[in-house]
Amino acid sequence: MEKLNLFQKVWRNHTVGTLENGQTQLFVGRHLIHEVTSPQAFGMLKEKGLPVRYPERTFATVDHIVPTDEISEPYSDPLADAMIKELRRNCEETGITFFDVSSGMQGIVHVVGPEQGLTQPGMTIACGDSHTSTHGAFGAIAFGVGTSQVRDLLATQTLALSPLKVRRIEVNGSLPPGVYAKDVILHIIRKLGVNGGTGFAYEYAGEVFDNFSMEERMTACNMSIEGGARVGYVNPDTKTFEYLHGRPYCPEGSDWDTAINTWESLASDVGCDYDDIVFLNASEISPTVTWGINPAQAISVEENIPDPSQLFGSEASSATEALEYMKLQAGSPVKGTPIDVAFIGSCTNGRLSDLEEVATRLNGHKVREGVKAIVVPGSQIVSQLAEQKGLDSIFKSAGFEWRRAGCSMCLAMNPDKLLGDQLCASSSNRNFKGRQGSPTGRTMLMSPLMVAAAAISGEIADSREIFPS
Amino acid sequence: MSLEKITCITGQAIHVPGDDIDTDRIIPARFMKCVTFDGLGEYLFYDVRHDGEGNRTDHALNDPCFSNASIMLSGMNFGCGSSREHAPQSLYRAGFRAIIAGNFAEIFFGNSINLGMPCVTVKESDRMKLADMIENDPQHEVKIDLMNSLILIGEARLAFDIREGARESLINGKWDPIDELLSNGANIENVASLLSYS
Ligand code: SF4
Repeated sequence: MEKLNLFQKVWRNHTVGTLENGQTQLFVGRHLIHEVTSPQAFGMLKEKGLPVRYPERTFATVDHIVPTDEISEPYSDPLADAMIKELRRNCEETGITFFDVSSGMQGIVHVVGPEQGLTQPGMTIACGDSHTSTHGAFGAIAFGVGTSQVRDLLATQTLALSPLKVRRIEVNGSLPPGVYAKDVILHIIRKLGVNGGTGFAYEYAGEVFDNFSMEERMTACNMSIEGGARVGYVNPDTKTFEYLHGRPYCPEGSDWDTAINTWESLASDVGCDYDDIVFLNASEISPTVTWGINPAQAISVEENIPDPSQLFGSEASSATEALEYMKLQAGSPVKGTPIDVAFIGSCTNGRLSDLEEVATRLNGHKVREGVKAIVVPGSQIVSQLAEQKGLDSIFKSAGFEWRRAGCSMCLAMNPDKLLGDQLCASSSNRNFKGRQGSPTGRTMLMSPLMVAAAAISGEIADSREIFPS
Repeated sequence: MSLEKITCITGQAIHVPGDDIDTDRIIPARFMKCVTFDGLGEYLFYDVRHDGEGNRTDHALNDPCFSNASIMLSGMNFGCGSSREHAPQSLYRAGFRAIIAGNFAEIFFGNSINLGMPCVTVKESDRMKLADMIENDPQHEVKIDLMNSLILIGEARLAFDIREGARESLINGKWDPIDELLSNGANIENVASLLSYS
């Protein structure tokens, strides 16, 4: 029998046909929408007089614009208020399930999907949001699309796409203490570059990914797009099934057993072909921080900030631009860089295990005076579970603000923004210029525990020194 | 509905130098609070076109010599970052009809083709040549000939690359796939019914 990888199997199962321009018409089994990229698509649909073809396959939530300190509407920002109302109206009119703020299930779309069991192995999943790659952690082929494609999905549940090549990235060995999934993905991006993944789906594998929890796999898959790969996935295994068992939208009873058989059969066949294979060694990875304005501009916390004069070509010019923007000194240690804000949250690192990992280490520590530190759970369910475990009081007594669920300062489309050139130690996924709401604001990406270490020290610090185990 | 066949884009070009120009730079997130794309053109590259006080900077896009530009020339990995169509939409609504760069982020490329805005790739030496020519004489007319995959400027003829499927869909007026997708209703039903999940 022909040996195939998961991407090829899932692609084949969802192929409707070949279009005139040679692209594939691909069926998308799950469509997720949020308030930023869907209203224009509903507008285009109305203009063309088209109905939503499979409303039961689309699920909505609101995440980018929700304030994290108030929930009563109308929101003080009239534009944000208009956006949530528009989404609510579109869902009501078309019969799409909406996890609204009042549902207790609202949150960042990439946290809500897996949490509800909407994300399952072997599915095709699309959302008008590039971090849709997160759902690949379950062995789904999940990718971000633009708004015209959201329209195509609403109207036909299909897309015109070209297939991707598949690169297997195997990370073997064991991770040193204090090194997390975030460090692994930052390391991968640093090694392969911000556009190394263009045209590829990344299949993550090896001992490190086998040992990762589902939440860790999600953190890594989330940032595939930061390496240029539209899709990132991990083959489904017993951890995947255990995570999904009993979740609201998962099969039950005998359907569950059938589903497991199907899911297992979709994993990449042993000995199948890949377009490329990369091997990385886990022992080489340390707690990592970014110093620049793209996620590949990352170093170990023990390293010095690169000196552009030691680099070549476009790497040198982009490092010069980055250091000028970041106001950092070439050649000096990254450790000790003063910070103003600490942000724990986002679809990369706003899940329960992220918050637990930090909270269990916080005892006795206090956020350094002058640092604004906020924790934003990825969903209302994360927030509720964390509160049941008392994590909110641990964070609060250490001097963190405990907020309501949403994207918050990851993209700052809500009121949570950096001011001026504030520097933020952030557990999110993008350090682009102006990303966190101020045109001159500065972002350094790192794991949640490294953010906490920075919050406590008031400067970039090595979490292994602040929280010795 | 038949779409325009996009075979040739002619107009003034503007050089916006830099690699890895991301979608947040093209249109900062705070301007994406909208339920339609109308008016997004105004905020194109806002944070580099304005200083902290909201005054206009000396960015090329503020230069009246280039106010009619409909073709943008930039560096490597143009449009990286988010999948939000707000970025190509803001370029389109600011009057741009084609982008020339070293290469493009994948989602940005697809979104732009769906708008009928070709994104073509040229090698570095040709990018530098183009940049020199348009900076020295902003009135140069640039022609992107999609039939022959050539950029014409003055006496120069520069080859460009674009994914063949994308080129064909542009020149045949099929760049928006919706009608073709809709026409396969029966096959869609069929695939849906064979899936192991609903
Ligand atoms: S948390 Fe950040 S990256 Fe994730 S969906 Fe929200 S804005 Fe996008």
